[in-house]
Amino acid sequence: MPLISSTSPHTTVSSNTGAFMRQVIYATLPGLAVLTWQFGWGSVINVLWAVAVAVGSEALFLKARGRNIAFYLKDYSAVVTAVLLGLALPPTAPWWLTLVGVSFAIVVAKQLYGGLGMNPFNPAMVGYVLLLISFPVAMTQWIAPGEAPSFAQSWQLFTGQLPVDGLSGATPLDTFRTLHSSGAGNESELAGHGILHGEFAGLGWEWVNLAFLIGGLYLISRKIITWHIPAGFLAGLALPSLVAWLIDPVRFADPLFHLFSGGAMLGAFFIATDPVSAATSRIGRLVYAALIGGMIWVIRSFGGYPDAVAFSVLLLNLSAPFIDYYTQPRTYGHDKPNRGANSAKGGGS
Amino acid sequence: MSDINYRKISMDGLWNNNPATVQILGLCPLLAVTGTVVNALGLGLATLVVLMGSNICVSLIRHYVTDAVRLPAFVMIIAAMVTVIEMLMQAFTFELYEILGIFIPLIVTNCTVLGRADAFASKNPVLPAAVDGFMMGVGFLVILLILGGMRELVGQGTLFTNMQLLFGPMAADWQLNVIENYGGFLLAILPPGAFLGLGLIIAGKNVIDKRLKDIQKAKAVDEPKVSRRVRTTGKVS
Repeated sequence: MPLISSTSPHTTVSSNTGAFMRQVIYATLPGLAVLTWQFGWGSVINVLWAVAVAVGSEALFLKARGRNIAFYLKDYSAVVTAVLLGLALPPTAPWWLTLVGVSFAIVVAKQLYGGLGMNPFNPAMVGYVLLLISFPVAMTQWIAPGEAPSFAQSWQLFTGQLPVDGLSGATPLDTFRTLHSSGAGNESELAGHGILHGEFAGLGWEWVNLAFLIGGLYLISRKIITWHIPAGFLAGLALPSLVAWLIDPVRFADPLFHLFSGGAMLGAFFIATDPVSAATSRIGRLVYAALIGGMIWVIRSFGGYPDAVAFSVLLLNLSAPFIDYYTQPRTYGHDKPNRGANSAKGGGS
Repeated sequence: MSDINYRKISMDGLWNNNPATVQILGLCPLLAVTGTVVNALGLGLATLVVLMGSNICVSLIRHYVTDAVRLPAFVMIIAAMVTVIEMLMQAFTFELYEILGIFIPLIVTNCTVLGRADAFASKNPVLPAAVDGFMMGVGFLVILLILGGMRELVGQGTLFTNMQLLFGPMAADWQLNVIENYGGFLLAILPPGAFLGLGLIIAGKNVIDKRLKDIQKAKAVDEPKVSRRVRTTGKVS
């Protein structure tokens, strides 16, 4: 028996990427269930089809790059990308929309950069933004909350046999935006739109976001993600919306509405937390996530799009190296952290 | 000079030192106006003429301009050439002139033109300078055309649309509807599509270069060696 002489640490933990990724997939299940309850089977069909496309295109490109296909598919990262993108797409999405988005996410945003761990941008969000910019109509047709179509209808939407017009309705964020972009929003008008007034936030979407919040808390409890990014994200979204809402409650939506609408919770717990494209230190992650949250509030309130999780995440992915540069933690044995312009001089010791 | 190698000049312009895929110069027009084949062709031809004209002029005056003032002199020549082209396009292809807009005067700032004037034309006689300008221009034009074709095909599902802007009314029905009932893919028409397309073209060129190199290497290995004995002293003859 050989004597193993290794240095500390001597305790080991399982760091199997596939196991971590599977936990992420399980944690999306409550959200997927509520999406299905509110909007029909479209999301389930989207997710399954997206997974098939992702695994297929990943295998194809691993082969083209001469990598071990089975080894890299077993890390489940392509499946996570596909599940997140499938959840983010509207349940009315036809098959070709998912095909284009997922294959672009895997091939261009991930494999062309060198595969898992090398991608500067979150692949699922790259795919989402590609689709949102290229097919704005198909990407904004959601179903009115609570009016879930039957499985047969969802299937026909997926195959493109059924025109989506008869089923689609505005989301709470769309409604709020349209009310204010015309400049005519007042208190009675706000009260007149039932979709804006669910139990505590926008109709239907409040439950979707609550389910993603529960899944996210599960991830934190299993130590798959740390609390920094979700907390920073939600605070960055809640604080500006609280201040603006206190100043003008008609023009600006309240913080709860922001937190429980659109992709807020999915973004906070599942998308911004992607360890590859996020900032790395604790302070860095707080700053990174708070800026994403703030950016979402700015674009939702003043921008041209009703929701902005994808744009904000991509913009801050771009800034993550810059944030890391200024938030490096203190190294053991040094008095001061070795960060920013200091790092060139070797830091304070 | 008798050691001018026209074959090498041509291969440099078309492939080995292509302005768009190797020097990565002139990206502004390359990315901005390649939404369709006809735009790409129009701008590519204009750049080709400017490149050739400026190379010839620079080569002609190369003995009379001192080094200190050579760049302003070259820029004046290029600007004059571009003004001529702009007026010609305004006279003969007015609609295309309107579509290309600011990117015709911007040929002045195309680094390829000044780059070739300074790096080649100012050191070589007129004929090689003209050939160099022509081949660099053709190399640039070809990449513009490929990119324009890719973006038009993916973006709108057509090829050669609106060719009458350049070739007169008889070209109006040259449009090929490659994909019928195509919904359109906006990204290809937007600037990101140009960046992605150019990236793919450059990657494709590098792949071909690597294949060619591998083939050459394989050939070199096949050739019989002069001496198979292991020598420890002296030279292998």
